[in-house]
Formats: sequence, C-alpha cells, structure tokens
Amino acid sequence: MFVLKSGIPPLDTTLLFVQTLNGVQLGLLLFLVASGLTLVFGILDFVNLAHGSLYMLGAFICASLTFLVGNFLLAVLIALPITGVLGYLIERFVARPLYARDHLDHVLGTFGLILVLDTSVHLIWGPAGIAVPLPAWLEGQVGLFGDVVVPSFRLLIIAAGLAAAAGLFWLVNYTRLGMLIRAGASNRTMVSALGIDIQSLFALVFALGAMLAGLAGMLIAPITEASIGMGNNIIITAFVVIIVGGIGSMKGAFFAALLIGLIDTLGRAFLDDFFKLFMSSDAAENSAPALSAMLIYILMAVVLSVRPQGLFPPKVR
Amino acid sequence: MTTLLSVKGLKKSFGGVTATDDVDLDVIKGELHAIIGPNGAGKTTLISQLSGAVKPDAGVIMLNGANITHKPAHTRARLGITRSFQITSLVMDMSVLDNVALAVQATDGHSFKFLKPARKIGHIRDKALAMLAEVGLAERAEDPTRNLSHGEHRQMELAIALASEAELMLLDEPMAGLGPEESATMVAYLKSLKGKRTILLIEHDMDAVFALADRISVLVYGKVIATGLPDDIRSNDAVRHAYLGEE
Amino acid sequence: MIGFSRSARINIGVMAILAILPVFFWWTGQTFYLSLATRLVILAIAAVSLNLILGYGGLISFGHAAYIGIGAYAVGIPAHHALYGGMDFIASNNGFFQIALAVVAAAVFALITGAICLRTKGVYFIMITMAFAQMVYYFFVSIEEYGGDDGLVIDTRSEFPLVNLDQPIVLFLVSYVVLVLAMWLVNAIVNSRFGMVLQSAKGNNDRTVTLGYNTYLYRLTAYVISGAMCGLAGALLGNFATFISPEMMDWSRSGELMFMVILGGTATALGPVLGAAVFVVVAQFLSELTIYWHLPFGLMLIAVVLFARGGLSGILRGKGS
Ligand SMILES: Nc1ncnc2c1ncn2[C@@H]1O[C@H](COP(=O)(O)OP(=O)(O)O)[C@@H](O)[C@H]1O
Ligand SMILES: [Mg+2]
Repeated sequence: MFVLKSGIPPLDTTLLFVQTLNGVQLGLLLFLVASGLTLVFGILDFVNLAHGSLYMLGAFICASLTFLVGNFLLAVLIALPITGVLGYLIERFVARPLYARDHLDHVLGTFGLILVLDTSVHLIWGPAGIAVPLPAWLEGQVGLFGDVVVPSFRLLIIAAGLAAAAGLFWLVNYTRLGMLIRAGASNRTMVSALGIDIQSLFALVFALGAMLAGLAGMLIAPITEASIGMGNNIIITAFVVIIVGGIGSMKGAFFAALLIGLIDTLGRAFLDDFFKLFMSSDAAENSAPALSAMLIYILMAVVLSVRPQGLFPPKVR
Repeated sequence: MTTLLSVKGLKKSFGGVTATDDVDLDVIKGELHAIIGPNGAGKTTLISQLSGAVKPDAGVIMLNGANITHKPAHTRARLGITRSFQITSLVMDMSVLDNVALAVQATDGHSFKFLKPARKIGHIRDKALAMLAEVGLAERAEDPTRNLSHGEHRQMELAIALASEAELMLLDEPMAGLGPEESATMVAYLKSLKGKRTILLIEHDMDAVFALADRISVLVYGKVIATGLPDDIRSNDAVRHAYLGEE
Repeated sequence: MIGFSRSARINIGVMAILAILPVFFWWTGQTFYLSLATRLVILAIAAVSLNLILGYGGLISFGHAAYIGIGAYAVGIPAHHALYGGMDFIASNNGFFQIALAVVAAAVFALITGAICLRTKGVYFIMITMAFAQMVYYFFVSIEEYGGDDGLVIDTRSEFPLVNLDQPIVLFLVSYVVLVLAMWLVNAIVNSRFGMVLQSAKGNNDRTVTLGYNTYLYRLTAYVISGAMCGLAGALLGNFATFISPEMMDWSRSGELMFMVILGGTATALGPVLGAAVFVVVAQFLSELTIYWHLPFGLMLIAVVLFARGGLSGILRGKGS
C-alpha cells in the first residue's frame, strides 16, 4: 500500500505478495456475500438488494457483542445465529409475499428494506462507525518467509473465508439439505412433490445466506469499522461477482469473487506503476486511479460481451 | 414444382434429449405439408429452428435457395417465414387490432418512425381490420387481447400469420384446445388458404390432417420416418407401427 | 374542457397547478417553495425519461442516476475549466454547448452500456445497469481534479442569451418547459410505430421478433433516447444545485427514480410527474420532522410495493388494483 513513487520502481515482490493476499481476502469476503445472494437467487428467483444490509447488521451486532462479552471470536459465534434469525424475519415478512411478483417488485421492496435497515442502525448505534477491538493474539503480525510479514487477523479472515466456502460446498454437494437445495433450484414442483415443505426450505436458504453475509461483515469490521452504508458498497461488487460467475452458480461465485478481489486490489495498487512503463509519470498518476476504479466493471462488460450467461452458467435453470 | 424450404441434417439436443435428429425435409412452393408425430417427437423444436427461435446444433436450412441457417429470427420473418405458436403467444396488454396491426406494420418498411401516431395510419389499420374480418374477429378489434377466449386467441394467431404476408406459414397445432365446431371452422379456413400460401402444418387431429395435407411427414423421436402423399402415409407399415398403431 | 377525455383533463389540470403554484410562490416571495418546485420538476423530467424504458419498454434500469450525474458534470466540468483554465477544448460557460455536451455524453454512455446490458435479460439487466452506474460513480470519485468524493461547485451557471438561470423563477420556467416537452416527446414516441414495437416487445418479445422486428435495436434506441433525456435533466439539476458530487449517482438515487415511476404509475403520461411530486413533497415533509425520515419512507415504499400496484395515477383514474 505504500509504494515509493520515485522514478520507475522495480516490482516489489514483497509488496506484490502482500497485495495478492489482500486481494484473496477481499475475494473471499465477496464470496461470502455473493454466495448467499446467488443461493437465494438460484433457488428462490428472488433479487435481494438488502442482502448487503445483512452484511452491515452482522458487523454492528458483532461490534456490540464484542463489547458485551469482551471477546471478538465469541461475539462472532453469538452474532451468527442472530443474523440468521434476522434473515428469516426478512424472508417471512418482506421476501415471501414478493416471490410470486416480478423482479421489479423484488428490487423496489428490498430497496425500501435497505432504507429501513440503514436508518434503524442509525437509530440504534448512532451515525458514527464502531471500531471493533481484536484480542491481543490477533492484533500482531506473522512473519511468513523472508521479510514478508502480514497481520495475523488477515490470515484469519482468509482461513475463515476458505472454511466457510468449503463448508458451503460440502453442504450443497454432499448433504440431504444440499440435494434439496439443488433440486429446488431446478425443479420446485418436484421438491414439493417429494413432500418437502418448500416454504421452510426457502426460509432456511434465506437465513443461511444472511448468516454468510453477516459473517463477512463481522470479519471485516475489525479492519474497517462497522459503518452505515457499508453493505451498499459491497452489494454492487457482489452483483458484479455473480454476473461474471453466472447467476445461481456457486462455483462461478467462488472463482469470480477471487478474480474480482484480485483485480480490484492489484489494480489499485499497481496500475499506476504499470502505466509508467509506457507513459509519463504524471499521465500515469492521473489516469490510473480512474481506470483502476472502473477495472472490475470493464471486466464485467467484457465477460458479458463474450458470455452473456457468465463464466460458469448453472446447468439447470 | 420448386422447393421453397429445404432442410438437411437438422440436429438439436437439449441435454440428453435429442429433439430433432438429422431431419431432412423439403417443402414445395404452394403445398400444405403436414407434420405428424407423437407428443415429444420434436415437432415444435423443428418449427422453432425453422423460425429462428432455437439454434440448431447442426444442419442447414435453405429458403428459396438461400442459406438462412444462421440468420436471426427477425431476419427470417422479413425473408418470408412466419409462425404461429402451439401455446398462444400474443401481446395480452394490447388490443386485438394493435396485435394484428403490428404484424401489418412489419411488412411496411422499418418502424423507426417516432412521431406520427401509429393508430392513425390508415392503410395499416385498414389492412389489420380486413385480416380480423377474414378470421371473423372484426367485432372484437378494440377489445383488450386478454379478454378474448382461447378459440379467439387461436384465430388471432392465424390473422397475424396472414397479416405478415409471409410466403411460408409454420403453424404449430392451430387447433390445439379448440372445440369441435371451432376446429371445423379452422379446417375450412385453412382449406381456403390452400394454394395461396405455403403451409407447414403441425396437427394432431388425423381427420384434419388427411383432409388438408398435400403431403405428410412423420416425425418420431426426432427422426423423419416417412414423407409422402396422404395415402402412402396411411398405408406405410413403419408409420402404422410407430404412430398410427398407437391410436 | 369539452372534447378532452377524463385522463387528458386530469393531466392538464395537474400540469396547470404545477405551473401556477410556483409562480405564486415566486410572486409572494416564498423562495423555498419555489426551489422545492424546481427540484420537483427537474426530477420529474428524469422520471419521465425513465418511464420510457421502464414503463413502456419493460426495461428495469437501476442505473438511471448515472445519466443525471453525467449531465450535471457536463455543466460543471466546462464551467470549472472556464474559471480555472486547462482543457481548453471544453472550457466554456456557454449553455448551448453544455447542454449539447450533457445530452451527447449521456447518449453515448447509454449507447455503449445499453449495447451490453440489452444482450441480457431479467435480473442480469437490473444488476448490470446498476453496476455500470456504480462504475460512473467511482470514476468521478477517483478524479481529484473535479473534487473526487467531495464534489465540485459550479461557480457560473450555464449562460444563454436573454435567459438568466441565476433567477430562480427563470430556472423554474425553463425546467417546466423542458418537462412539458419531454412529456410530449415520450407520449409521441410511445404512440408512434416505434413505440408500438417497443411496447409489444415488452409484452411478448418472442412474438415481436417473430413478426420481423429486431427488438434489440428498438430497445437500444429507446435506451439512448431515455439516457439523453435524463442527461438533460442532470444538466438542469447541476444548474439548480450549483454543486455536483458523485453522490448524485449513488444507486439509491437510481432507486428513488424508479420508485417515483412506480409510485406514480408506469406507462402513463402523468405517472412519473405525480410520483416525483409525491416523492419530493413527502421526503421534504418527513425530513423536517425527523432525521430518521428514511425509516417511515422505506416502510411506505415497502407498503406501496406490497399493496398498491398500479401506482397513484391508477388510483386517480379509479382503477387501482
Ligand atoms: N427448451 C427445451 N429444453 C429442454 N428440453 C426441451 C426443450 N424444448 C423441447 N424439449 C424436449 O425436446 C423434446 C421434443 O419436444 P417438442 O419439440 O416440444 O415436441 P412436440 O412438439 O413434438 O411435442 C421433448 O422431449 C421435450 O421435452
Ligand atoms: Mg409441440
């Protein structure tokens, strides 16, 4: 993040490594948000704009609990089921009445929900962000090799993100619930015919998605603070992820999330250096920020022009 | 006898299901060519590939000697192919007349015309009304399409196919869901079209097919197992075995 | 008003009130209400433009605020350079130039992004329009010369011969005339042959294609017209606020525009205007009561979606669902 801007810098491999880790971290957080989104969309055909609000709620609830119980990790464990319940309530009172409607109603209804949730957070926690303290053993840095050190908490985020991803893959591919989810995605009537209460299945999927988004919010809160509107920024990037990956595809969400996390992070870190290879230093520093801000959207546009269904369109839809 | 439509080796599969399997078919100018076959034989998929709604996996489609295999659906319509849908496909929010007028409008140059009210363009309206009169729906012209009965919707589909002035009409079970009386009217009507348009007709009602068709092709599991005159088809052993025998 | 249908009478009545009331405010020196009315009228132009593609085209664009931003920056950037130098080829306070720039830039952006968005359907379309708008948002955030996050003050309003936009009543009247023209244009378009194809494609795309219409091109054309019109609204909004920032393009702004159209009633001439009016007035009223006004507002939005399809104009015409 601290590039020396004198002349043409040699490519700093330590920095490259650290930024790559940052990119992976962003990618995994994006995956946690996007997986819930794509799950809910793939199975319920429901567009939930307020999914990002669950990310925000996760962060705030975890922040308060951290102060209450005095331990961040314990707070996460308690906050997870709470966000799940919130997800369930949203499903029950806003989403469910809208399933039978068209997408326009989905986006408008959940847009209203965002306003309600953002303002409620404002009411409860106040307008300022809340910093979340970490336990001492997570505050430090870890030396990996050579002179490469990374904050231990970032490694924890990566580990937690990977674990959640693995758990999700296991759940979707190897459990009875996963089988129902996959069957429900392609054939609602069949699942109903099996005598499964599809209503409860939907509610469960919604709550699961809420917990995943909440978890992402909890994991990022110690780094960025819990703040109002944090969900509204990540949700669009999560949209880009599932568009690029193919809506409804878990595998697509995973790879696209990593791709976009890396491109965004590395673009912001290195695009100006890269530009300096073939343009003046001034021109590079003027144009690089604008372009790196647009990089993932350009990627999305390119993917869509070549494959309108995304990189990994789900087989059944 | 000139061939209007010529299909060679048309193949389309959906996942594991091969809907059309190496279909060869010639439609001669002016004939009424019926396609029969059991449910799921691939008849609708065949029509959809001819109209451009579905892209074939392999094969060639020629119209008047020109290769149209890769032409988009709207271009094929401009080249003279129209279709009706097995499941009624109309613009339900628009009036009956507007639905038909849109078909007429499509034959009247491009529609990138922004200011003149479409409903005040006399020759388009008049022609659309004439088409509606021809299928017996003149009185319903101003009604919202969704208010009409199923039978009337089928008639509308036909009026639209007529209005398009297409040389080749692909009709996918125009009598589906009609009562005996309505069917009889439709058969009489199709008969009156014979010779004026080239028609590829999909139909389940064997009496209707044998009454109308100049030639018949039989499609079973995606393959054309026979093509010929009605009498030949009636006496064809393979057909009797595979299809008619089931009745 | 014999000879006008009931809906035409309502339209004329509402538009007359919208013209007379602000003039009355101006007459009596109530500048605050005049400025509220001006904002209302400008947002109504944007809503009318969105209604063309959303209401008549069935294209759920969740990125329309981007065009407002593009239009506003098309006023702000030339004015900025006219004052501080640099970029001589666009530095100008000339209103005709700025308006042309706003409309052309918005149209070009609509053409490029629309060409991509319209290849997709349904949810993809919603999300992609949203993403492209966010791209513009971050683009302007990242340009420090134009204030980045903090935005840009427009020191000089667009200059026209004889017409001085610095006078609030003039700015209102200009905006009002633009609104009426926009409503007339959209009305003409949707009733034209082009509009019939556009609406038919909304109702049944397969059928429309089968008739021989390349519906993609018709939609793209409507998308570009709509974007250009909204760019014009943005240019007016820039002149009105004399301050522009990326926040104008935030996706919640796009959501609000959509809400106005739905609230007023899609695919009706007056709907977007009514929707914008209710939105601006209710937002103003609630925000005076409490800083937490988004809470009741969000609840109202959810209630409208759950219970009142057909919108206000549907209710006005006595056919609310
Ligand atoms: N869009 C599609 N996706 C998957 N399978 C399809 C699709 N369309 C048709 N099929 C399958 O292709 C076969 C042929 O269908 P169809 O052409 O509708 O037959 P027909 O019109 O002769 O009854 C059927 O097995 C059907 O299930
Ligand atoms: Mg069929």
